[in-house]
Amino acid sequence: MEEMHGLKDIKRNEFFVNGHGACPGCGVAIAIKNVMRILGPDATVYVPASCAVVFSAQYPSSSFRTPYFFTAFENTGAVTTGIKAAYRRRGKKSLVVGIAGDGGTFDIGLQALSSALDRNEDIIYVCVDNEAFMNTGIQRSSATPFGAWTTTSPVGSKVQGKRTFKKDLMKIVEAHDPPYAATLSIAHFNDFVRKVDKAKQMSGFRFLHILTPCVPGWKYESAMSVELARLAVETGMWTLFEYEESESRTTYKPKQMLPVSDYLRLQGRFRHMSDDDIRTLQRWLCQKWYQNYGHDIEEPVCAIFKPEEMKMHHDKDDLHVF
Amino acid sequence: MVVKVISGDHAVAWAARLARVEVIPAFPITPQTLIVEQLAEFVNNGELDADFIPVESEHSVMSVAVGASAGGVRTFTATASQGLALMHEMLYAAPQIRLPVVMANANRSLGAAAGIWLEHNDSMPERESGWLQCYVEDNQEALDMTLQAFRIAEDHRVMLPVMICLDGFVLTHTVERVELPDQAMVDAFLPKFVPVNVLDPDDPVVMNPICPPEYATEMRYQLDRAIDSAKVVIKEVEIDFAKRFGRSHGGMLDLYRMDGAEYALVAVGTAATTSRLVVDKLRAEGKKVGLIRLRFMRPFPKEELLEAVSGLRALGVFDRSVAFNSYGPVFTEVRNALYGSKLPITDHIAGLGGRDLTPETLGMAYRTIEDSMEHAPERDVFWHDLRGDM
Repeated sequence: MEEMHGLKDIKRNEFFVNGHGACPGCGVAIAIKNVMRILGPDATVYVPASCAVVFSAQYPSSSFRTPYFFTAFENTGAVTTGIKAAYRRRGKKSLVVGIAGDGGTFDIGLQALSSALDRNEDIIYVCVDNEAFMNTGIQRSSATPFGAWTTTSPVGSKVQGKRTFKKDLMKIVEAHDPPYAATLSIAHFNDFVRKVDKAKQMSGFRFLHILTPCVPGWKYESAMSVELARLAVETGMWTLFEYEESESRTTYKPKQMLPVSDYLRLQGRFRHMSDDDIRTLQRWLCQKWYQNYGHDIEEPVCAIFKPEEMKMHHDKDDLHVF
Repeated sequence: MVVKVISGDHAVAWAARLARVEVIPAFPITPQTLIVEQLAEFVNNGELDADFIPVESEHSVMSVAVGASAGGVRTFTATASQGLALMHEMLYAAPQIRLPVVMANANRSLGAAAGIWLEHNDSMPERESGWLQCYVEDNQEALDMTLQAFRIAEDHRVMLPVMICLDGFVLTHTVERVELPDQAMVDAFLPKFVPVNVLDPDDPVVMNPICPPEYATEMRYQLDRAIDSAKVVIKEVEIDFAKRFGRSHGGMLDLYRMDGAEYALVAVGTAATTSRLVVDKLRAEGKKVGLIRLRFMRPFPKEELLEAVSGLRALGVFDRSVAFNSYGPVFTEVRNALYGSKLPITDHIAGLGGRDLTPETLGMAYRTIEDSMEHAPERDVFWHDLRGDM
């Protein structure tokens, strides 16, 4: 099979067809539609509880033209394991793909994910990350960024937004040393196509982590989904890399770091953030920036930052008082 | 045929091997562990060609089982107590998607005041999940019913999961003489699983999408009727099994010395074995007494029960668990089934958390039932063997 390098290599052969119930501009729908274009007709899809399970298929209709299955929330790693085992026994050649949200991956599904990683199951696990439990109406998950408003991290008179940083899920995945893991963005499309296609060609456990902006959850204009995904990378809120043969490799380096306020100001979920909170987030991002890209690009926006003075753990930080 | 002296757990593992199960998700829990250990050995020794998948929790056990069964292969697992409770959510997936998973449950007490010993409060609440439930009395029956469970579950008129419940330690860890049928005879009895709806890239289907209110009632109704109509298949399979292997375990109800009986006890599992001793003793004293062993909690044998009690003047029900602030679950089911009958019915709760159930205790139960023929009982539920000042 020929390798795919970019957008022009995608066949306009739809396996996730129009008519689904996703919001206009939904990052998850954009991600799934294009993942399915690349994986093609041989995929069998499992979707746990999520927005996708609601907007993809309701009896008696479905937007998936491939085999599709659903049971519960926390078991993507396990159900896909079972399907793959059955296919192996029956001699069926099929890509078994789980498509779970950040809540279903970072939080309730983490245990089954770790177990499937541990067994190196021959499946593709796609995490569509919109940084909260959106299906139930925007509740914070461990993927929600620092400071963000959600209905369970509301902006109160005493506490404003989420007080902890986004969990580094990729580090957890990498700790299992899978054959392949990658982060993807719906704004960096050639990179997206190459990574999904690469996962398709490999075997063993493959993890694809896609940032998928959410119009009602992040509160922005629906035409801005792709632009926000782009800005996330340019500000360091999202980093594009892949993990293979026990090593991480950056696949796209921004030329310079844009201030995080460029990203925050477009989204209602960050509108309340104080200057102090924005600075806290910016410092955290600068540290990540150094970790991800080293010093071989221009100075990050917070040039005052000195790596040796910063600690990843904030034992004496106000953040951890309550 | 080979005769072995093996535990109930090993009898179940042998049945799974003889059934040529293809996928076995597993997580260890006392007193089920001997089953999954034995199956892992069979697989690693090349004696059973199956995918043994050790996962991180019972929730994932049932998730893998549901995935594999939806993928079209014969799937088996085993659990107990807290493990069954942890897979509670996924138990509800298998029946409604009509996936014929077979699972053994080694009955053990659930929850705080914790212990690893026999009680039925783990599996009894799950009788509402849509699974068929069979309770066995000895190790041979554990093996025979595990084999029959696949035939029943995979019958296209049924297509439902089956839970084989065996009493923790009393059966799981007690060795008995067990006849292992020949593989060729089992193969003839139990042909390869042919799924009805199956995930298949060559013939894509959508399985278990969100079900809107327009359809949910009908889905539930169909499942409810399917459980009831499984009775016909259970009886057919029992007859065919008896013809091939020469053993029968009593159908929906296993009746003991019920001829001319005036009063009787309903029991499930190994409590029936102890009850048989008591019945024999009382019969020797001239009492007209019998035993009704309930073998299936689902489908519940309502008609069979009505017929079995038709000549009785009093009935008791033994329960090895309690639904708090209500009654034992077996009692609730039995009295419901007999609603409208004038028969005095009393509930007898004992043997909880692994406490020995002695002939003396069941003798007390039988005396209470006997009394209820003449005098209305002071209450309808009796906790036997209570210690201290309660």
